[in-house]
Parts: sequence; C-alpha cells; structure tokens
Amino acid sequence: MRMVVAVKQVPDTSEVRIDEERGTLVREGVPSILNPFDEYALEEAMRWRDQLGGSVTVVTMGPPQAEAVLREAVAMGADDAVLLSDRAFAGADTWATSHTLAKAVERLGGVDVVMTGKQAIDGDTAQTGPGIAASLDWPQITFVGKVRELTEDGIVAERYVEGGCEVVRSSLPVVITVLKDANTPRLPSLRGKMKARKMEVPVWGIDDLGLTPDQVGLDGSPTRVVRIMTPENPASGEIHRGEPEEIARLIVDQLLGNEAD
Amino acid sequence: MNYYFSEELNDIRELCSEIAEKYIIPVRAQLDVENRFPAEIIRVMAESDLCGIYIPEAYGGSAEVFGGGSLALCVATEELSKACGGIAVSYAANALGAMPILLSGSEEQKQKYLPQLASGEKLAAFALTEPEAGSDAGGVKTRAGREGDFYVLNGTKQWITNGGEAQIYTVIAQTDPSRGARGLSAFIVEDGTPGFSYGKKEDKMGIRASSTRELIFEDCRVPAENLVSREGYGFIVAMKTLDRSRPGVAAQAVGIAQGAFEAAAKYASERVQFGRRIDSFQGIQFMLADMATQIEAARALVYATARMIDAGERKFEKESAMAKVFASDTAMRVTTDAVQIMGGYGYMREYPVEKMMRDAKITQIYEGTNQIQRSVIASAVIKETASGGGR
Repeated sequence: MRMVVAVKQVPDTSEVRIDEERGTLVREGVPSILNPFDEYALEEAMRWRDQLGGSVTVVTMGPPQAEAVLREAVAMGADDAVLLSDRAFAGADTWATSHTLAKAVERLGGVDVVMTGKQAIDGDTAQTGPGIAASLDWPQITFVGKVRELTEDGIVAERYVEGGCEVVRSSLPVVITVLKDANTPRLPSLRGKMKARKMEVPVWGIDDLGLTPDQVGLDGSPTRVVRIMTPENPASGEIHRGEPEEIARLIVDQLLGNEAD
Repeated sequence: MNYYFSEELNDIRELCSEIAEKYIIPVRAQLDVENRFPAEIIRVMAESDLCGIYIPEAYGGSAEVFGGGSLALCVATEELSKACGGIAVSYAANALGAMPILLSGSEEQKQKYLPQLASGEKLAAFALTEPEAGSDAGGVKTRAGREGDFYVLNGTKQWITNGGEAQIYTVIAQTDPSRGARGLSAFIVEDGTPGFSYGKKEDKMGIRASSTRELIFEDCRVPAENLVSREGYGFIVAMKTLDRSRPGVAAQAVGIAQGAFEAAAKYASERVQFGRRIDSFQGIQFMLADMATQIEAARALVYATARMIDAGERKFEKESAMAKVFASDTAMRVTTDAVQIMGGYGYMREYPVEKMMRDAKITQIYEGTNQIQRSVIASAVIKETASGGGR
C-alpha cells in the first residue's frame, strides 16, 4: 500500500497573536509544530503500512524551514519525505495549496491513499484534504474516526459526523481526512530520529510539478483575506436580583421586546 | 551546565522527557499509591528504542551510536527519574540484569539473550541479595549443585527489582559453600523454569511503581550452559556488574533531586507570604542555591564517571562509588529541602515532592549501601596512597 500523508507546519496556536493593522498573524517568536491533526493521519497511515507493507511518504508545502515537520514525521516512522517549496508558492490559499499538493501526489506516482488531518489548527478551514481529492478527481472520505478495512480492493471508513457515524466504502485511490478519534500517535523512536537527521529531503518547486505561476501561490488563489481581527468580547450579561417570578417576568418581557426589534 | 552532548545523546534526553510528560507524569501518583508496575510505559520505551542503548549493535542494541552506552543509560535514567524514580528504576534494572551477560557471558549467551533485551521484548533482573546476604555478598546461601548437564538451584532471593515482571534473571548462587565468596557462581534463569517461582511482593516506602519481589528456587534445574563465566567467578561477575550499574543509580538520584528542585523552585516563585514571593526571602534563596549547586556537582561526577567507562577505562570502581554516594546523599538532602520549602503543601500527597523524598531514600541503600561505597572509596584511596599515587 503506497500512502502519502500531507502535513502542515503550523504555529503553536496557543501562542499566536494577531496584528490587526496588517491583517496577519504575528508568527515571530512563536514555535512551529507539526499540525496535531496530521499526527493522527500519519499514525493511521503507518499502522496500515505496518500491517500491509508498503510505504508512507510525507509531503508538505511551505517555506524551507517547514522541512522540520517532515523530519519530525520521519522520526515518528514515515519512510520518506518531500518538501514543496518555491517562492512562487507563497501566499497560496487552500485552492492553490491543494492543487500543488495534488501535483506532488501525481509526481510521486502509484499512490493508493492520501491521508491528512481533518484540518490545520491555524487556518481551521478543513478544505485542503477535500481540495486534493477534487484536484486529483479521486473520491474522498472526510472526518474519518476509524478506518475499518483497507485492502487493494478499497477502503471502509467510519465518518464521525454531527449526530452520528456514517460508514463509507470507497475504491482506491482515495483521499481521507482523519480525526483524533482514529488512534493515539506514537512517539518518535531513537532510530527514527537519527534517520530523520541524516536524510536528504528533496525539494520540489514549480517546474518539478509542471505548474505555471498563475496556478500557484497568491496568483493562483481566488481567495482574498479582506480583514483579520480578534472578535470583540460580547457585552457582559446583566444580573437581576429579586423574587424568581418577578425576574422571570422581567426576562420574558426583555426577550419579547428584543424579538420585536 | 552545558555538557556538550552529541546530538544522539540529546535525542535520548528529548525522547525520555517526552515520555515523562505524556506517559509518566499523568500516572505516577496513582502507580505509587497502587504499588503497580508500569508495564505499558516500559513498552512505550521499548518502541522508542530505549531498551538497547547500552547494548552493542552486534546484539541488537545501539551503544556505539552513543559512544559506549554508559552515559546514554545515565542520561535516560536521569531524565525518567525527574518524573518518577520508581518507573525509572524499572527501566534501569533491565540493564543491571543484562550486565552480567554483557560483561561476562559467553558469545552464545549474548546472542541468545541480549537481542531480546535490546528490543524490550523481554525484561531482565539481577538477583544477588538474600535475607542474610546484603552488604556481605559472600553470605549467599542459595545453593547450585551440579547434576549432569544441569545445576540444581535451591534457596530464596530477596528484594529483587523487576522480580515477577522480568523474564530473564541473572542469579548468584553458591556452587562451593566451603569457599565463601569464591564459591559463588552466576546463572541465567528464565521465567517459567520448573522450580522457579515468585514469593512475597514488597510494600515499600518509595519507588513503589517498581516491582520488588522474592525469587524462590526449589530444585530448579538450570541448564549448565546458563552458567555465566566459570564456577567460582560469581562474586567477580557481581562486582563488575555493580561497578557498571552504580552510575545508573547515581543518575537516578540526580534525576529525582532535579525533579524535586524544579517543583520547589516553581512553588517558591508562586507562593506569596508576608506580601512577597517566598523566593525573595534569603532563607529560601540560599536553600535553592545550595540545592542547584549540589545537583550540578553530582551530575558532573556521574557524567564524568560514565564517560570514563565509555572511554574504555578498566578501573573505575572508586569513581563509580563516589558518584553513587555523592548523588544519592544529594538526592536525599535536596528532596528533604524541597519538602521544607513547600511546607505543608510539600508534605501532602497532592504535590509530587513527598514521593520524591521517599523515592530518594533507596538510592542511599541499594546497589551497595553508601557505607559500603565509602569503604570501597577508602580502600581505593588508601591503596593509591600506599603506592604513592592518587589522582
């Protein structure tokens, strides 16, 4: 089973602030980490590889320093890694990112399953996984909480959706996005860490992927971020004191009054 | 202090710190209360390749990567001990059990047993102590009589770390009672060997996550090929093993002390009395300064000894004993002061330092009491003086 896990380097969101004037995230001094959801995708891919044989390749698109998350994934047990990095890729939205990642999957060739986390903790769009599937014209199963079956003939996965669980069967190749429910990611191993430090990570740019400048980065992105801000805190509530009946009447009146507005 | 570790040694520290944070700290208090062996955590360590760091590559380990494995084992043990001395000793006792095979075993014994220990598939334990043979190892009563291709073991071992949890035991027994310590021999005994069973599981003051148990041998027939080294060499095998393992206990002590120091220093930075953080009081400051200094000195001695062993030095019993004495006395002092700094909170089970104080005590006792260590150090320095030397 040849599997690709698409991962993302994200700022540790517990430490990110917003620059409201410039409409960007303040990333200086904020540690970068492997998107936590992608760890579950990686673990899921590695478990099936350990059982069925085959390989797990991790791919990310990002600046040169994004290589760090690829090495982290290899330390955890991925077989190899590819970094998609090019000045032209800068400013990509989820459309351009998905398209670029899909091209990498095509170039790797013979891929049966692409896995990725359900979303990244910085953008929170949950669009890149589905975008890869759309770009490749492959079926997709999103929000996978459990992969029941994976064989050459196909995949059976449980989607944890609001109010229930859908069991979905698909042929291969397929793209799936993975939830935290799927597994417990393993720790890196010492051998993995050594391998990760020594390995050469191939870097693929726009030409390697057969893409043109209008398909990637800012130019290939239909989305424009108009404004970014921290929402204002909602006004604090009112506290009424008195007899329960009296307060209840007051609140009902207020609510009805508001509704009439 | 920067000890200029290789990247590989830093990998060990990082990984152990991650294991401590994710797997040990959340359960350490509970394992302590329940007196429960951390089998799951040992499995995680095995999967992270930590069980073979002191075993040569030829036997499935990775000691060469770390320049020998002694320092590697100390770093791992120290880092794990920062979180829990009991879990750390369950890990480190494997090395103690493996050491007789590693240092004195035949090629066949190494090929057969070391890879299983390096992978963590099996655990090991070392069995020397008996009810009447503690510091005086020559008092071992467990008998091993030769019968054809077997040795028949009879007797009881006491306070065996990893007892009942390990699958491979190196056991010191008498093959010639008339010769005392020179009549001792070392044997490899596997779990499940008929006549080999486990007795009382001890209820201890500290390191309660570790298993400490009696081993009972009743006409236990051990294949003659499981004799380690030669008949009569058991005492030497045991002493070589302990010389090698003492820096590990010292590292455990450094880790426990560091864990207690960090907890106390953090507490002192947050606790307000008389309108001020208590770390603004000189009485607390001087305690913190002494604790930090003593820990660093102990750590430096442990690392220097381990590096000496890794460099291939053959004689290190004095340094090994010094590291063990100094680090364990430091651990006892520092953990006691940590409880003191935290006052009533320090004394409560809700905070981790009272456990660290209980865990620290054993490091002054096991793998040779600190009194025995001082005898070792004294006899070495007296010899050096007599020969006009010393270092």
